[in-house]
This record gives sequence, C-alpha cells and structure tokens, in this order.
Amino acid sequence: MIEVKNLHKSFGGVEVLKGISTTFEKGKTNLIIGQSGSGKTVFLKCLLGLFDYEEGTIAYDGKIFSQLTEAEKRNMRAKIGMVFQGSALFDSMTIAQNVMFPLKMFTKQSKSEMEDRVDFVLKRVNLDDAHNKMPSEASGGMQKRVAIARAIVNNPKYLFCDEPNSGLDPKTAIVIDNLIQEITDEYQITTVVNSHDMNSVMEIGEKIVFLKNGLKAWEGSNKTIFKTDNEVVTDFVYSSNLFKKVRKMYIDDNE
Amino acid sequence: MTYLHNIGAYFLMIAEMFRKPTKWSVMKQLILKDVDDLIIGSLGIVAFISFFVGGVVTIQTALNINNPLIPKYLVGFATRQSIILEFAPTFMSIIMAGKVGSFITSSIGTMRVTEQIDALEVMGINALNYLVFPKFISMLLYPFIISIAMFLGILGGMAACVYGGFSTLEDYIVGIQTDFETFHVVYAFIKTFAFAFLLATIPSFHGFYMKGGALEVGKASTTSFVWTSVAIIVLNYFLTQMLLS
Repeated sequence: MIEVKNLHKSFGGVEVLKGISTTFEKGKTNLIIGQSGSGKTVFLKCLLGLFDYEEGTIAYDGKIFSQLTEAEKRNMRAKIGMVFQGSALFDSMTIAQNVMFPLKMFTKQSKSEMEDRVDFVLKRVNLDDAHNKMPSEASGGMQKRVAIARAIVNNPKYLFCDEPNSGLDPKTAIVIDNLIQEITDEYQITTVVNSHDMNSVMEIGEKIVFLKNGLKAWEGSNKTIFKTDNEVVTDFVYSSNLFKKVRKMYIDDNE
Repeated sequence: MTYLHNIGAYFLMIAEMFRKPTKWSVMKQLILKDVDDLIIGSLGIVAFISFFVGGVVTIQTALNINNPLIPKYLVGFATRQSIILEFAPTFMSIIMAGKVGSFITSSIGTMRVTEQIDALEVMGINALNYLVFPKFISMLLYPFIISIAMFLGILGGMAACVYGGFSTLEDYIVGIQTDFETFHVVYAFIKTFAFAFLLATIPSFHGFYMKGGALEVGKASTTSFVWTSVAIIVLNYFLTQMLLS
C-alpha cells in the first residue's frame, strides 16, 4: 500500500501539485487520471522518487520514503517495477537481455536461473519467441509487453505504469490493460497506472484518483465514476459522444 | 551565470560518477563494449587521417625549405616534431571530439529522451556510474590510439618524402632520429591522458543533462563538440606552458 499525504511540488515558483492526499491499495489497479497538464506525470515521478517535493509524505507500506537512508532507498527501488510511456527499453540489448537486466543488477542468481526466470515472464506476457529480437524490431504492443516483463521479473511489490497503452490500437490497448490487471491480482502487488484513456478507466480502474490543476478533484472506482455528479469528472469522462451514449444507456438500464 | 552553473554541474557529475558503483560483472561488459565503440571503432579514421596529414606536413615542410644550406634531413626532423608534439595528441583529439564526442553525447542524449536513464534511476542504479564511468575507463586506452597516430603520421611523412622526391629515405630517417628528446613523448602522453578525460566527460555531461527531443540531441552533440574542442585547446596551452617552458 502507498499512502500519500499533502504532497506539494513546484517548478520555478509554479505549484504543480497543490497538496494531494490519497491511498493506493495493495492488490488493486489504481488509476491516476486527468487532462494533460493536470500534474499526473509529476505526481507519478514524485511517487517514484524521481522528483523531490517541497511538502508532504509518501509512505510505502508504512515507510516514509524521504526518511529512508540511501541504502534503504536503493532496496526500496529494487522492489519497484516501472513501465514507461515509451517503454524505455535499452536499445543496445535484446529483448531477453532487457528483461534479464534487473536480475543481473540486483540478484546473485546463476545464469541458468536468470534465463529460466526470463523465459517464465516472457511466456507470462505471451512473448515466448521474441528473446533474441532487438527492441527496434518489436511492435509497439510487443515493446509494452517487454517493458511489463522487465518490470515484474524481479517480483516487485509496486508496479507503476505511465500511460501504458498510449500509441496502441484499441485491441492491443485492452490486451495490455488486462495483462496489468492479471499481474496485479496474481502477484498481489500495488499497481499505479497513469492514464487518460477512458477505456482503461472502465476496464481496470479498481481505484481512480482524478486530478485537476494539481489537486485531487475526485476519488472512486470504475463502478462509481458513472454515477458521480462531480462536474469536473463528468466533463472529462463524457467529453466524447460515445461515452455520453454509454452513460445514458447505463442510467436508463438502472432506472 | 549559466556557464558557471554548468561548470559546477560538470564537477558534481564527475564526483557522482564514482559513487554507488555498478556490479563488476556488469561493469566489465560495459567497459569492453565502450573500448570497442570508442577505441577500436576509431582506429580506421585515426590511421587514415594520420597517414595523410603526416604526408602533407612533410610536403609543406619540404616545399618551404628551399635554401640549399639547410640540410635535407630537417624535413624528417620537422615532421617528427610537429606530429609528436601537436598533431597526434592535440589535433587528433579535436578530431576525436567530433567522432567519439558526438557519439557519446548522442547515445546518452537518446537514452535521456527515450526515458532509458529514468528507467535506470527508478531501479536505483547510479546512471552516471553506469553510463559515464565505463567511458572514462575505456578512454584510458586513448594513448594507444595516439601512439598509432604518431607512428602512421611519421610513416605517411616518409612515404610522401621519398615518393614525392623531396629527400632520400636515409635523410628522412636521420631527420626523425635527430635531437630526439624522450620528454617530448612523455609530454605528448601527459596531454593525451588529460584530453582523454575531457573526451569522455564533457560529451557525457552534454548528453546526460540535455532536455528536449530528437532535435535537441543534435544540438547537444554540436555544443559538446564545441566545448570539448575549446577545453582541449585551452588545456593544451596551459599544459604546454607548464611542461615545456
């Protein structure tokens, strides 16, 4: 579980996060949603420890990150898996080497043990025959799956995904969303997904935190987001005609 | 102010580069890869340029010594001095600032743009140690390149001298042996080590701290070439003043 209390972050005097407090629960897919410029990426980077913040605390299972020693922070980071928006695979390594990288860096496993683990996670993300391909030879969807495999190979306790299905076709996006949810359930990890894709919200949003102008504007789940009267959320969620129709159908069905 | 800030950030980067070392089993492979990219990969261009520039230095010297009182062996002597003292260590380093420097800046800069550096940092890896330290270590082999540049420069001079009919092979060989001072080679290698450090670190700095996208990677490579060249020229002046005056 990750607990965030009163998080403030500024850039050059401009306050981007204005006191966010929320909880990301273990074994659930937690979504941070909001318009572009709402502070989602900054919030995610604060959670990951990539940005320092002026005020507030972030606690991983009760341990406040900013109060940890350097060695403790390093140990904590080894428990974090991250899927970047652009996958961030290492260009100079094959897909198998990319996935093996965290094991090489943080474990004392033998080569055969590492290879077995890489085979297992690549199979888990349905990429059992892509070991020797270079990232540049893989499609966008494959790269995302490799990034997920790399993120989970070292059994993380926390999984962060920054817009994991941006740039993917709707079908592949759903495959990625489902994969994230399955992995979260299977390994009981705390997953935080940064997204502005409404399909993801509906598919995997077991907990949703809606940000607007650096503030938490709403909190709920994919079950409650249809019912909310919060104007800020409805403006965002029902901005497309498709979702306006979906909402109408939902309300009509429930009446 | 920006310049001062960048100079401070550069020295902080160097200090950070030695902290939180990467596992030796991983580092060993990174060093070998960088030796291949930066040293072995530069041999061809260094050999080609050195041989022909050595030839040009000899032709220019020979054409400017047309007084019959000046001995012919002076062509070999002047070629040796030019190549060992300046051409091989300094001007080859400026060429390498273009070749190796832009490779380093663009490869690290691309990693920054594509969030690969963020990926390393999220994992708790010291990205500076992981990326810059192996380049620094592999550039310790840079004097090997410069030795080859010296040898091929003098060899190119000999070929141009003999086949161009400027003097005989014997005169050229006497020339390159005349008044030979070992310290000049030591001086050249001291400079080479200093330039190797600049060649590894300044382009890394420009790549690591760049901001923006693909266009900025290109700009960072150009800026890194300019600043590496400036640093080499300035350091060359001070080292020459200190070591030869």
